Amino acid sequence: MLNAVDLKKSFDGLGVLRGVSLRVEQGEVVAVIGKSGSGKSTLLRCLNNLERVDGGTIEIGGQTLVKDGVYGPPKEQRKICLKMGYVFQNFNLFPHMNVLRNLTEAQRCVLGRSKEQAESYARQLLKKVGLEDKEAAYPCQLSGGQQQRVAIARALALDPEILCFDEPTSALDPLLTQEVLGVIRALTLEKRTMVVVTHEMNFAREVADRVVFMENGVIVAEGKPEEVFESDKVKAFIGLGD
Amino acid sequence: MELILQQMPIVISSLNVGFLQTLRLFFVTLLGAVPLGLVIAFGSMSKFKPLSIFTRVIVWIVRGSPLMIQLLIIYYFPGLVLHNPIWGGGESGRFLAAAVAFIINYACYFSEIYRGGIQSIPVGQIEAGKVLGMTKSQIFWRVKLVQVIKAIVPPMSNEIITLVKDTSLARIIALQEIIWAGQAFMKGSQGISGAIWPMFFTGVYYLACNGILTLLLGWVEKKLNYYQ
Ligand SMILES: Nc1ncnc2c1ncn2[C@@H]1O[C@H](COP(=O)(O)OP(=O)(O)OP(=O)(O)O)[C@@H](O)[C@H]1O
Ligand SMILES: [Mg+2]
Repeated sequence: MLNAVDLKKSFDGLGVLRGVSLRVEQGEVVAVIGKSGSGKSTLLRCLNNLERVDGGTIEIGGQTLVKDGVYGPPKEQRKICLKMGYVFQNFNLFPHMNVLRNLTEAQRCVLGRSKEQAESYARQLLKKVGLEDKEAAYPCQLSGGQQQRVAIARALALDPEILCFDEPTSALDPLLTQEVLGVIRALTLEKRTMVVVTHEMNFAREVADRVVFMENGVIVAEGKPEEVFESDKVKAFIGLGD
Repeated sequence: MELILQQMPIVISSLNVGFLQTLRLFFVTLLGAVPLGLVIAFGSMSKFKPLSIFTRVIVWIVRGSPLMIQLLIIYYFPGLVLHNPIWGGGESGRFLAAAVAFIINYACYFSEIYRGGIQSIPVGQIEAGKVLGMTKSQIFWRVKLVQVIKAIVPPMSNEIITLVKDTSLARIIALQEIIWAGQAFMKGSQGISGAIWPMFFTGVYYLACNGILTLLLGWVEKKLNYYQ
């Protein structure tokens, strides 16, 4: 489904990704963990074309976004990246649109769906994230947890094949964290392909098919949760964490 | 007092004519400076360094020197120094020169407001548009524009109110706006001379005009308050 090979990325000469390879299979849930600054967000941002890699290859659903550091034309890039959905740490909902419009805008202008089509799908998704009564609200009228659930629905509205989350709950307090994790957990039951960067170790252990542990821009451990969480390095990291 | 009441009709009709010229300068300036400001804003944000530096120097000069001097230079420089009086004589020439000076001056102020507004949009908004597959222009029209407008309305309101008052500076090149019209009764005009009250009375026009503008712009601002 997703194949990234030997990704390299540096900021001002500082290597943030130093040869990262990641494969994600259809229906797989991959959790990415690691210390702050290890390059988790950068990896996810490169996969979603929010950041350009300096070297390496990214294939999404059989199509090549970048080959050995060379990108195709922007239009092609946009098309390929439509297979990806992305949920931000701080939601980034459009403040000037109500919830329904947040969900329909891209459906209409990017996918060309009709208003009725887009709205009925949006309502279906709002129901799924438990916010069917909030379609007329503006983002500023919602709690952080509700905003993040809207953001998840907004990403789902474009039917991405792979959904990416960058610390979707770290801007939330514990109670709201649970409601958002609940929504993500429900998505795993649908066999959705997902890549989740998270600091919630218990959650990673519970929902991930595979855990990837990053350190200093490289993947240092990777495998089934029960294996990875037993490795010394990860144990040391978790010990640090809490 | 009686005298004032006697003079009133003559003065008012004369002030009205002057005020019409004031309003004309005001609207022409807005009409020119609002779009020109946008061009200048994009120039000053350009990634092409020479262009952005050039634009910013111009903006700095225009904002850093008195509008009155700019008016004088623009009006007199072509005729007196270049011996090429491009503005022509008479009121229409003065109006044209004043309009050009005001448009350039206000466009520079507006450009800074636009730039601030555009740069105040969090990157996250643009990235959100991007991951939803929107093109650059879709992001501009659908994501940024309303947010930029909301951000610039309050500072623009201030500038617009200042503009109403600034039009009086055109008096310096003898544009026959309302201050000029009031002053005429001091020197003597239509049988009235030595009267200073008409000059003071022009203040009422400015106040009325700005009162209406304040209400109007406040209403726009409130309309845009439908979100946070
Ligand atoms: N746009 C940027 N410009 C310069 N440096 C950057 C930029 N983005 C990230 N970095 C640097 O890259 C390194 C990795 O950042 P990244 O955000 O990928 O880490 P992370 O693993 O997601 O950390 P966290 O857990 O804190 O989110 C950090 O040292 C960061 O300062
Ligand atoms: Mg991060």
